[in-house]
Amino acid sequence: MSSVRVLVGTKKGAFILTSDGKRDKWDVSGPHFGGWEMYHLKGSPVDPNRIYASQSSGWFGQIIQRSDDGGKTWETPGGGPTATPDGMPKGESNKFVYEGEVGKHLWYDGTQHPWEFKRVWHLEPSLTDPDTVYAGVEDAALFKTTDGGHTWKELPALRHTKGHLWQPGAGGMGLHTILLDRNNPKRIFVAISAAGVFRTDDGGETWKPATRGLNITYELPDKTNEVGHCVHRIAMHPARPNVLFMQKHWDVNRSDDGGESWHEVSGNLPSDFGFPIDVHAHEPNTVYVVPIKSDSEHYPPDAKLRVYRSRTGGDEWEPLTKGLPQSDCYVNVLRDAMAVDSLDECGIYFGTTGGQVYASADSGDNWKPIVRDLPSVLSVEVQTLS
Amino acid sequence: MIRVELPFHLRTLARVDREVMVNVEGPVTLRAVLDAVEDRYPVLRGTIREHVTQKRRPFLRFYACEEDFSNEPLDTPLPEAVISGKEPLSIIGAIAGG
Repeated sequence: MSSVRVLVGTKKGAFILTSDGKRDKWDVSGPHFGGWEMYHLKGSPVDPNRIYASQSSGWFGQIIQRSDDGGKTWETPGGGPTATPDGMPKGESNKFVYEGEVGKHLWYDGTQHPWEFKRVWHLEPSLTDPDTVYAGVEDAALFKTTDGGHTWKELPALRHTKGHLWQPGAGGMGLHTILLDRNNPKRIFVAISAAGVFRTDDGGETWKPATRGLNITYELPDKTNEVGHCVHRIAMHPARPNVLFMQKHWDVNRSDDGGESWHEVSGNLPSDFGFPIDVHAHEPNTVYVVPIKSDSEHYPPDAKLRVYRSRTGGDEWEPLTKGLPQSDCYVNVLRDAMAVDSLDECGIYFGTTGGQVYASADSGDNWKPIVRDLPSVLSVEVQTLS
Repeated sequence: MIRVELPFHLRTLARVDREVMVNVEGPVTLRAVLDAVEDRYPVLRGTIREHVTQKRRPFLRFYACEEDFSNEPLDTPLPEAVISGKEPLSIIGAIAGG
């Protein structure tokens, strides 16, 4: 019988929710790493019990944790044969050092500012090797481990792609999205706020901006308009990797050519501002967003929490409201806080800044909170287990 | 042996009690004690001092015998009471946030 494991990162710890395939009753374990900011947790697609977690703190910096038993126990990678004689991990798993000359990017005041590592926003395990993981960090850069998180090395060419013109948004300059193409191991998409989308076709040796066609509201620092776009999230269906969907600061966009060009598909959304976007597990043209009122008011329009679904790949959207609060709701849903499972009837999940995790076991038609009153939710990932 | 008091989150990370004991060869300075702590508990590398710059993390403070050593040069000798083990070097998380 299939089961589902939901990995929830919050501002004050991580929580792991499990259920059988009915997704009716849920067990909640946690907090794991109570008191720490857990930006993201994600399991390996090839070894689901291998889970990586980003643990960080304004006091103590960045820690990477790893579980090999589905989140029951954790270690900072580096244990086992590479440990010290005392058995302690060697402590390199939290060492994220930019390659070569650190360089500078654009600062809020228009001056150049040196890159400074702050935290890991997103961990993306390889589709084929449980020891290989990509990490998207703030200040924006892409790191990679090939030894299970013990050591990390930057893929520096990304920051050479007009990095001097990247400028942080209000939430910091984080690399928040990493999309791997299962048909082409050399191709990776990353998204950075507020720099844009970038694509490599050679495993990270070279990168190019993938932003042509995006609307431009303000004059960008880059006169060619290739970088400087505040992309909040991009998503793809694994079976159709050339089609991408994007929730930008404003606008929902779609690309049909692997990011070579984009066009807007906001259609009839009540607001096209928002953070997450995701794709149905079995219907590549079914897309989900959570509209937020505006960039100044980070809560749902009309105080009604509504997921919008398009079954046409954008432009035509329907509100999904059953089981979601339809009055006095002022929560936000952050960019990494939506995910889908791959059971026959696709489940959709999202977490809020109010500490609820909502789930739908029927593609979004009906919702219910599967846990509530957690700390503010930063990320949600789902593992479908057989 | 030098006693070092750790803040809550570093205790849980290193899986130790409130205080740890480290041995320091040579002059007992802040740098020598921190080096010894990181050698004994490598998981704490990068959490007290930045990996590359070796600067104290901004929200951590170092106290000994009710004196604030946070902004002292790293090679400043620590008080005799710390060297003798009578008093700990305290690593404290600064109060911040709401």
